[in-house]
Amino acid sequence: MAAILHAQGLYKSFGAVTAASDINAAIEKDSVLGLIGTNGAGKTTFINMITGYLKPDRGRIHYEGRDITELAPRDITRIGICRSFQIPQLYASLTAFENMMIGIGVVLQNAGRGGFFARGRPHVPGYGLPAEDVAERLLERFGLAEYRDKNAQVLPGGVRKLLDIALTMVAKPKILLLDEPTSGVSAEEKFAIMDMIMKAVRAEGTTVLFVEHDMEVVSRFAERVLAFYDGRIIADAPPAQALNDPEVKRFVVGGALQRLDEAQSRPRA
Amino acid sequence: MEQFLAVLIDGIIYSAWLFVAAIGLTLIYGVMKIVNVTHGSFYALGAYAAASITGALLAKGMPPSLSYVVLLGSALLVTLVVAPLIERGILRFMYVKDEVVILLITYALFLILEDAIKLVWGVSPYFIAEPYGLLGSFDVFDLTYPYYNLILVGVAIVCGVGLAWMLGRTRTGKLLVAVIHDTEVSRAMGINVERMYLFTFTFGSLLAAIGGAFTAPTVSVVPGLGVEVIVLSFAVVVIGGLGSLPGAALGAVIVGLVRSATIHFLPQVELFVIYLVMAMVLAFRPRGLFSIAEARKI
Amino acid sequence: MSAERTPRTLALTLVAILAAGLFAPQWTLFLLTIALAKGLVVLGLMLLLRCGLVSFGQALYYCIGAYAAGMLGRSTGVSDLLTLMLAGMVAAALVAVVLGFLLARYRSIFFGLLSLAISMILYGLLVKTEALGSSDGFNVLPSTLFGVRPADDWVRYAVLALAAVVTFVAALAVHRYLGTPLGRLAPAIKDNEIRVEYMGASARYAIHVKYVIAAALAGLGGALAATTVGHIDPEMAYWTTSGEFIFITILAGTGSVLAPFLGALIFGIIHTVAFDLSPNTWQMVLGAALLVVIVFLPNGVWSLFRRRGAS
Repeated sequence: MAAILHAQGLYKSFGAVTAASDINAAIEKDSVLGLIGTNGAGKTTFINMITGYLKPDRGRIHYEGRDITELAPRDITRIGICRSFQIPQLYASLTAFENMMIGIGVVLQNAGRGGFFARGRPHVPGYGLPAEDVAERLLERFGLAEYRDKNAQVLPGGVRKLLDIALTMVAKPKILLLDEPTSGVSAEEKFAIMDMIMKAVRAEGTTVLFVEHDMEVVSRFAERVLAFYDGRIIADAPPAQALNDPEVKRFVVGGALQRLDEAQSRPRA
Repeated sequence: MEQFLAVLIDGIIYSAWLFVAAIGLTLIYGVMKIVNVTHGSFYALGAYAAASITGALLAKGMPPSLSYVVLLGSALLVTLVVAPLIERGILRFMYVKDEVVILLITYALFLILEDAIKLVWGVSPYFIAEPYGLLGSFDVFDLTYPYYNLILVGVAIVCGVGLAWMLGRTRTGKLLVAVIHDTEVSRAMGINVERMYLFTFTFGSLLAAIGGAFTAPTVSVVPGLGVEVIVLSFAVVVIGGLGSLPGAALGAVIVGLVRSATIHFLPQVELFVIYLVMAMVLAFRPRGLFSIAEARKI
Repeated sequence: MSAERTPRTLALTLVAILAAGLFAPQWTLFLLTIALAKGLVVLGLMLLLRCGLVSFGQALYYCIGAYAAGMLGRSTGVSDLLTLMLAGMVAAALVAVVLGFLLARYRSIFFGLLSLAISMILYGLLVKTEALGSSDGFNVLPSTLFGVRPADDWVRYAVLALAAVVTFVAALAVHRYLGTPLGRLAPAIKDNEIRVEYMGASARYAIHVKYVIAAALAGLGGALAATTVGHIDPEMAYWTTSGEFIFITILAGTGSVLAPFLGALIFGIIHTVAFDLSPNTWQMVLGAALLVVIVFLPNGVWSLFRRRGAS
């Protein structure tokens, strides 16, 4: 399978703190990649560099053969790489429906449709439907239909997460970066939410990278795992291998692995 | 050579005036995070109070040498009456609002105070020349300067050093510094933030009033006195950095010297060069010449 | 008042003005025309306010529009009102295109203070420019409409009529703009600019566009005001003029393109009444009114209509 995203030799420091040190990764098309590591290990910095929020001190990032290292976040989004956030970034004073409409509006705008001189209700590229219908459909797909007219700031935590991810999906990205999609969500709901996200996302053939602290979620959904520690990648392998790597066990997983072994030996309900 | 000296001396005198005028504004912003337009009102109140009270007392036979104390006393009196009224009566309920909204609220209060001053003191000008002329003047080469200007510089130095001492060495000052850095954490640590706000607003307004009071003998006190001061103080504070005490000093010196130089060499640009410097600082270093780093957001 | 009914309401208002104007006294016609002029400025400010930006120096463009119209008349003898208004609009827009590159990078207090500083720079320049009359300013030629100088009795009505039509077109255009994806982006920019960037839009570009539109509207209004009053002076760029516009913007709220004009009208009435009663307390009245609106009607007078419509 071809690699569509290459990170080569990325370095990034903030004064005395080295957030990224010689990061190399090749992400393959249509794959699901799990990023693990303790807090401060460099996972979010990695995502921030890919999405243009941070510029690496050294190294390049290529997407489908094109150097995207210097691009701004909005350009990265426009070429098909979108991300969701650890703390959901929503438009607090707007309803869930209005939030979606903003995102859809941007897609229309970038496609040159719906401007000042446009007539009627233009169709959103990739859906073949007018904006309002696309908004309804996406809200349904992520189970948010009942929250349609509620202001984003009053939505419960898990719902905000889903809305944040739904917003990220509007532009039908080719690569989706999920920053801790299940954080702040109760243990029982984690699997349900990941199931819903993965189903909605994989139907489009999207490549997914997700940052995750829960090893059960990682081993169930990831095809491959990148383990971070102290700004470096210490493992790059399928979950079974990566999670058993001695360095990973020591620096990343620790006690969590114990619980994972115990959980896996328990019969599943 | 003489012209250069004139520019320098005029510049320092003007800087001193600007510093006293602006320092209260930067203190209030630093602690309360509000851009306070009523600053100009307190300047005017100080001037009017000083002029009217000093004038009345002089007419009753007070020795002119006491007038300096009276100037200070008038500023103190008018501030202690008006400032707490404004802070406790109106501003206190508005702190939750957006900083631009609070600015507009202080602007509304400024408008009200402008006319209130007219109602209390009338529209005819007030003159009190005695404190100004009393001390005579001195010569530097061919240039003559009244000694009074030294008082102005003295007031500026006392205010600056006094404020720095208060912030660094007194208990209240240290509590203020805590609030300047982080209001929420200060509150969580048990600092009575509301009382700090009242103190800051009053003290900052007092500084403005002192500026007005000591300027009163040099001008005719008329309505609209506070209007120009506001925008100039803004300029000084923005250049130095909102909330920075050394910044206000630096801003005052820069603006004072620049203005002095333009008056002597290029009078046509006098009015707008200050705003040009303000605009340039805002464009290149919006947080002013003394700025602090910001933390990561996502 | 829903957004779909706005064009119809605008048209009805236009007809009402044109009709009522035929019977109104001269001072009312003057008041209405000035309300339209100021309303145009505030319409632009409203666009910016929806993004969460308040310009403390919008008088800059009001003044540029006025001086552009005045100077065009003085140097070429052109007195056609529509031409002068368009000249004011274009002059202001051109300046805004340039300044917008700088200003669109700032937010909140810094945006406000920088716009203030720039307007005061213009004020300072104009006051010292003798060719333009320094602080006295200069008078404007009597206006003609499409080559005709109306009879003295009809001048004010003719000016009002043209102003109303131009304002109608401007308001309609802004309303339509607000329905486009870029126009709708304003509350999103206000709430979460990072998210806007990550959705693939440039907040800075959107703000730049709105800034230019706001400036064009202010220039249009400035030219209208100058020709209606017959006189131009640097005071039009002073920060207290900007303060008036801000007051009207707060009074109006952001609910509809009609709101700025309603706000300007109310302001005009308050000004006339209060100034007549007691010129020395006019500012106090203004300040008190501003406080009342901020505290009790944070969404402007237009929110009164909204509440009625919502039920």
